[in-house]
Amino acid sequence: MLAFAVRRLLVSIPVFILSTFLVFLLVTWGADPLAQLKAKNPPPSQAVIDAMSNTLYINHSLLERYWHWFSQLFFHGNWGPSVQSGTDIGQLLRTSLTLTARLVILAMILAVILAIIAGVISATRQYSKTDYSITLIGFLFLSLPVFWFAILLKQLVVNMNNSLNWYWISTYGANTPGLTGWSAFSDAAGHLVLPTIVLAMSSYASWSRFQRASMLDVLGSDYMRLARAKGLSRRRVMVRHGLRTALIPLTTQVALDTAAILGGAVLTESVFGWQGMGTMLVNAINAGDFNAVLAWLTVAAIIVILFNLIADLLYGVLDPRIRNA
Amino acid sequence: MTQSATTTDTVLSVRDLTVDFPTGDGVVHAVRGVSYDLRPGEVLGIVGESGSGKSVTSMAVMGLLPKTARTSGSVRFRDEELLGLTDKEMTRVRGSKIAMIFQDPMTSLNPVYKIGFQLAEAVLAHNDVSKQAANKRAIELLEMVNIPQPDRRVEQYPHEFSGGMRQRVVIAIAMANNPDVIIADEPTTALDVTVQAQVLESLRAAQRETGAAMVLITHDLGVVAGQADRVLVMYAGKPVEIGTVEDIYYNPRMPYTLGLLGSLPRLDKRDQQRLTPIHGSPPSLVNLPPGCPFTPRCPLAAAVCQAREPDLEPVDGSGFTAAGLRIHLSACHFKEQVARHDPADLFATSASDAELPADFGSGPGLVEPPLEDDGSEDELR
Amino acid sequence: MHDLPSENTQTTGNLTPSAGQIEREFTVKARTQTQLVVRRFLQHKLAVVSVFVLVAIVLLAFVGGALWHYSYTDITPDNSVSPSARHPFGTDNLGYDEFARVMRGTQRSLEIAFTVAILATIVGTVWGAIAGYYRGIADSAMMRFVDLVLTIPIIAAGALLGHHFQSAGWWALALVIAGLSWPAVSRIVRGQTLSLREKEYVEAARALGAKDSRIIFRHILPNVIGQVIVVVTILVALAILTESSLSYLGFGVQAPDTSLGTLIASAQTALQGGQWWLFYFPGIMIILICLSVNFIGDGLRDAFDPSQQRVRA
Repeated sequence: MLAFAVRRLLVSIPVFILSTFLVFLLVTWGADPLAQLKAKNPPPSQAVIDAMSNTLYINHSLLERYWHWFSQLFFHGNWGPSVQSGTDIGQLLRTSLTLTARLVILAMILAVILAIIAGVISATRQYSKTDYSITLIGFLFLSLPVFWFAILLKQLVVNMNNSLNWYWISTYGANTPGLTGWSAFSDAAGHLVLPTIVLAMSSYASWSRFQRASMLDVLGSDYMRLARAKGLSRRRVMVRHGLRTALIPLTTQVALDTAAILGGAVLTESVFGWQGMGTMLVNAINAGDFNAVLAWLTVAAIIVILFNLIADLLYGVLDPRIRNA
Repeated sequence: MTQSATTTDTVLSVRDLTVDFPTGDGVVHAVRGVSYDLRPGEVLGIVGESGSGKSVTSMAVMGLLPKTARTSGSVRFRDEELLGLTDKEMTRVRGSKIAMIFQDPMTSLNPVYKIGFQLAEAVLAHNDVSKQAANKRAIELLEMVNIPQPDRRVEQYPHEFSGGMRQRVVIAIAMANNPDVIIADEPTTALDVTVQAQVLESLRAAQRETGAAMVLITHDLGVVAGQADRVLVMYAGKPVEIGTVEDIYYNPRMPYTLGLLGSLPRLDKRDQQRLTPIHGSPPSLVNLPPGCPFTPRCPLAAAVCQAREPDLEPVDGSGFTAAGLRIHLSACHFKEQVARHDPADLFATSASDAELPADFGSGPGLVEPPLEDDGSEDELR
Repeated sequence: MHDLPSENTQTTGNLTPSAGQIEREFTVKARTQTQLVVRRFLQHKLAVVSVFVLVAIVLLAFVGGALWHYSYTDITPDNSVSPSARHPFGTDNLGYDEFARVMRGTQRSLEIAFTVAILATIVGTVWGAIAGYYRGIADSAMMRFVDLVLTIPIIAAGALLGHHFQSAGWWALALVIAGLSWPAVSRIVRGQTLSLREKEYVEAARALGAKDSRIIFRHILPNVIGQVIVVVTILVALAILTESSLSYLGFGVQAPDTSLGTLIASAQTALQGGQWWLFYFPGIMIILICLSVNFIGDGLRDAFDPSQQRVRA
């Protein structure tokens, strides 16, 4: 098992390095870091532009630029200069990531738990009214734009808060500054409620469909039949033999959807005004902030690869067949 | 006419079992009145093609049919009526009084649990013993089915076992609680012939160790001949003939049985004998016409066959049970006539290549003309 | 018949099997593959209804939008009017007729979505089929590349490139989204191809000397079609959601053109201000399109590959 884990980890490293190169290509192609400067009114002199180009290390070949950025980051911990004034990319990343991490992890946990419950109920009561209702709700959530739902929910809660005169569930921002201890925690929690629900919603929808299909597959399998023929109780068969096996494909699916969840986080944060990774990205793109966008995509890649690694390991724990692979 | 009420030493008694499945195309009458008795220690072979209802019958006995199935009749295990028991009550019976072995060993075992766990689970479900005791029993069981190094094997996963070994594990699981009845549903169908022998040997061992009666379901007449004491032939959801192995093989009294025997290649018959398959396909179980379901394919068919479905009736000249009933029964209006025929007499003319060159097979190095594929070989799968 | 022993002639009559008699045993009509698929699809009431809904929306957006007496750029003297006979979807505070705007937005969103679906499907299918068929190094390399692309969140890359190409028109946005969506398709097609290539008819074709390209195009792809069609429908829904998300963030369709996402972006505060019509209509349109496409996809998936409960005898 340990050998398996180490092998997986070692494979992830070249994948990560390659993805940084891909990301670098993407950002070089898509972001013009001088755009904001050049658009200033009155237009800056050539000297100013040249100075900026030097700071940003633009006047070199692609490979040189890549190497420069790569070595600066991984050997010196330097994310590079930002074109947005007064911005330290490393610092910005830290604060943004802390906020977004809370949201993403909670949302994933919520979505997984709900999806498993919904999938199991749907599958065991296939074609019943419960199944149809759950399926319909799932389809609805699949078809709901995240940002639209967020705005709607926000408005509904604002109305609810006003009529109930209870404001713990917050509709804007990630926290109220200046609080400590328990009140800070409770405050943060209140701010987390809506964004978590919104972000969890679409993942829940696709995972519950997936879990239902996976569960149905398992329910019809021969080993389930044998387990029942052994005289095991229905519950034991369902949980020990059914659910346990049906959960395996879900782990891979969750990992595969990590990138999508990060995308959803961008939208959710935009609606709820969180100063997290989402807002950081939007600002960086609008400013043509080459290094900031690069930093963002690199961190996103790390998260995705990390989650894939965790899923691989989890899969190895759950399914003994692949441990020698 | 069915055999009369249970004698005291019948371990399983099935009476007029019917199973219907409502489907989109109509009601499928999968089982249309099966009755048999099983005495302790005896092996009853149930033979029939796909769609004859043999597996559904056994699933009904175990209470493992889907919820949509409608069952009626009676299944008595010793003195207890099983049909109509709740699922919870049936879990007491399954695996401890009546055990079942399924067809495909590659998918019968849960791939994520160790073999030892799956064996111990069967023991722990019905016995209040410690885990260590259950694990010990697991190793014992593996020994009984001749799996080498059982103490190591117990820690392995199903994917580390071959197909034949997996089936032996399934047999071991069936044996775990010394059941009184073992139902084996096509246990060797998915296996190579060379492995079949090992698995059948394990099956015999299981029977010996537990003293259980066995219901052996198969379409392979060769397997039945080697293992069974009595044979029940099913067609279109109903038994059409039942008797001892000798009765069925040497004195078949139903054209279908005769046809089945005729399509087997035999080493003891004279060579250059053509196989005589039964033309046609089994009927749809949704829109069954009245009368004997074998009529369209039967060379002895007459008007009475279309009018009235024959009951199982005793065959004159056959043996008796302890209770004074005939063992050999046949459901055919012409069961006397069948006795006078060889399969080749009745069925040969159905073969589409009945006209052969006169010197077929007689010259050295003559290449066999390819048999025409008219689909008739598929019938007996 | 003439070979039967004489004592049977009086009983056999005309009841010996003949071709016609055997036919009466089959109580189900034989159907072609396509007929089967269509028949199974028609059994999904929800999917069939969704086809009508989708067609209605497409017609409404393209034909209705063109015939409507206001265009999306017309500024009418009615500001912030709630839905009425004159303005079924109301107007915004500049006087734009919302119905015209929503129709235009729907047009744009649909154009982009269908373009994305077709492009991504073609590229993804060919990529996946080649990788799955040839296996080995080609497969590894091709799928490693797919994995790499999939580590980038579509919204992020879409935002970056959408922003970069914002002056280039909607087709550029479609290309961007398609370029980020095809990898998911290729994964599915590769999986299917891998299992199909082991089938006997592929081996038979190879034994007959068929070239690889022929095998891929004539034997494997037609059997993958079912899955692919399902993927296309899912892609349409995903593309609409992606495009509207990008437009909402400001990286998608740009003014003066409009899309459903842009409309929602400008309606954010409208909901608070009581102008519910500016917020709900575009949103409901997106939901309706995605719902119907998803139901159709579900119906198609069942139609192509029904895993029904089978009774074993």
